[in-house]
Amino acid sequence: MTRSEELVRRRAPRRVALGWAFFERQTNLWKRYWAWELVWILYGLVNTLAITFIAKQAEHGGLVRPAAVPRLTLFLLIGTLTWAYLSAVLDDMSLVITWERWEGTIEHTFMTPVSRTVHLVGMSVFGVVHAVVRTAVIMACALPFFDVRFAQVNWLEVALVVAVGSVSLVGLGILTGILPMLYPERGVQMSFMVQALVLLVSGVYYGVDVLPGWLQAASHLSPATFMLRGLRAAMLGGASLGGQLRTLAILAVFGLVMVPGSLVVFSAAERWAKRTGRLKRQG
Amino acid sequence: MNSAATWPHETPDADLPLVVRGVTKHFKRRGRAQSSSGRRRVHRAVQSVSFTVQPGEIYGVIGANGSGKSTLIRILSTLILPDQGEVLVFGRDALRDPASVRPLLNRVSADPSFFRAMSALENLLFYGRAYGMAGPAVRRRSAELLARLGLEREATEPMTELSRGQQQKVAVARAFLSSPRLLLLDEPTTGLDPRSKRTVQRFIDDARRDGVAVLLTTHDMDEAELLCDRLAFLAGGRIVAEGTSAELRAQVAGTDRRPDQVDLEDVFMAYTGRSIEEDEEEDQPVEVGQHDPI
Ligand SMILES: Nc1ncnc2c1ncn2[C@@H]1O[C@H](COP(=O)(O)OP(=O)(O)OP(=O)(O)O)[C@@H](O)[C@H]1O
Ligand SMILES: [Mg+2]
Repeated sequence: MTRSEELVRRRAPRRVALGWAFFERQTNLWKRYWAWELVWILYGLVNTLAITFIAKQAEHGGLVRPAAVPRLTLFLLIGTLTWAYLSAVLDDMSLVITWERWEGTIEHTFMTPVSRTVHLVGMSVFGVVHAVVRTAVIMACALPFFDVRFAQVNWLEVALVVAVGSVSLVGLGILTGILPMLYPERGVQMSFMVQALVLLVSGVYYGVDVLPGWLQAASHLSPATFMLRGLRAAMLGGASLGGQLRTLAILAVFGLVMVPGSLVVFSAAERWAKRTGRLKRQG
Repeated sequence: MNSAATWPHETPDADLPLVVRGVTKHFKRRGRAQSSSGRRRVHRAVQSVSFTVQPGEIYGVIGANGSGKSTLIRILSTLILPDQGEVLVFGRDALRDPASVRPLLNRVSADPSFFRAMSALENLLFYGRAYGMAGPAVRRRSAELLARLGLEREATEPMTELSRGQQQKVAVARAFLSSPRLLLLDEPTTGLDPRSKRTVQRFIDDARRDGVAVLLTTHDMDEAELLCDRLAFLAGGRIVAEGTSAELRAQVAGTDRRPDQVDLEDVFMAYTGRSIEEDEEEDQPVEVGQHDPI
């Protein structure tokens, strides 16, 4: 075994333990703020219902054939649930800086011997698990309201798209999490702006083909576009295996570029904050 | 020493807990920047500060409000990058290789800050783990530290339910938890009742006995006299006097007073009395864009 292999072997479990520190901390915080979780679940549920009832209106108003209603319902449901999932991940990641600023703990956390990569990976794993649980609860509560058919759904493809897509969402989340470090006052609003733009260009409640050309071009920059494409293909039926593999490959490339890229940008932003004394504003 | 090879920045100062050489930090003042003229208000928080802390030494940094004590401690904690200078912690370069020094140090900040909804134990569990300690070891040591600080009953309460002084004591526990070899204490006893203050002072004294090096800031001259082996007085970000309490008192006493007729408060008045205006702010040309994001 070479020296570096030996180092990696010794450090790998240590890294997991250090990342676990963040996962455990977030779980403890989550327990203390469970009432907020209820609020977010309720909010997500209301959102899901409000959008998905459009399918009923379409039937009621004679806009679609009755036979097409379950499909429209599922189409809208995929959109709202994906959006709930995506915003849960992005919200958690955009709190990496904001939350610790609010608590005043940011300096203590940033001077621990945990590398920023391990720190952010720990937070991301929590964010993804948190988002999966929250979205599953919203889905379970929303389903009884509608007539949805899952017979044609390929759940394995669903799981793969969510798993691979989440990696790029984490990258996007780390990027939006940087904004509050650079702009202590406006950073949070800027993260919301990013979310709103992603909502528009990714075709959450419509296919991106209905967008004007320039927005369609922009949609290629959002991993959510491809996540939705993959999920629709897996859940609405009629997907070709080649098409799904292509979507998965695109999502994988997004992840492979965005995660290391966002880590590099995060480190640069951290160095800048340390040079200008903005890690913590005053005290 | 075998491990030397793993530390690229190791130098002959490897036995010294802290070597600070020529550290300078200027902050650009926010607000109406006079960018039209290319000049910006620059605030000199720390200026050409150099000193060394020996193993088992308590080194006091004294100065008026705004004299740069906390900024200095933030630089040593790898939280602020200075414009100039060098910081070596046990010979490792804290500025170029912060990861190599972080396991060796810990800090009490002037304001105790915690995840306020979590309990003291949960907070300590997180910070202990972040320093690589195993869960059971953190729990054991946290319980021990909190008991010594008289906080057994409060250990599982959310931090918001604790008084400021109690939170301050948890902050002391957090700093000692990771058994650092260099402790950076920014007003660790401010806001503590006399008994708690004494407990914390005993903690610091015990740490010194174990060979831990301590950098301490305080506004309490009795505490400085009691604990510090050597003192530095900061004014306008500069060290204006350094020495043992006896040496500094003798300097201030001069020829017409005996050193024991002078106390550290007199020393403080003598060395930090210069006009703040003269140091505080100054217009200085700064290259535009120097501090823009990334
Ligand atoms: N992040 C920052 N950005 C801009 N200016 C800063 C920053 N941190 C400190 N300063 C300025 O540097 C000067 C020194 O501040 P510092 O907090 O180091 O003083 P101090 O000696 O710790 O004071 P105190 O006794 O009140 O705690 C102050 O004038 C402060 O306004
Ligand atoms: Mg201070």
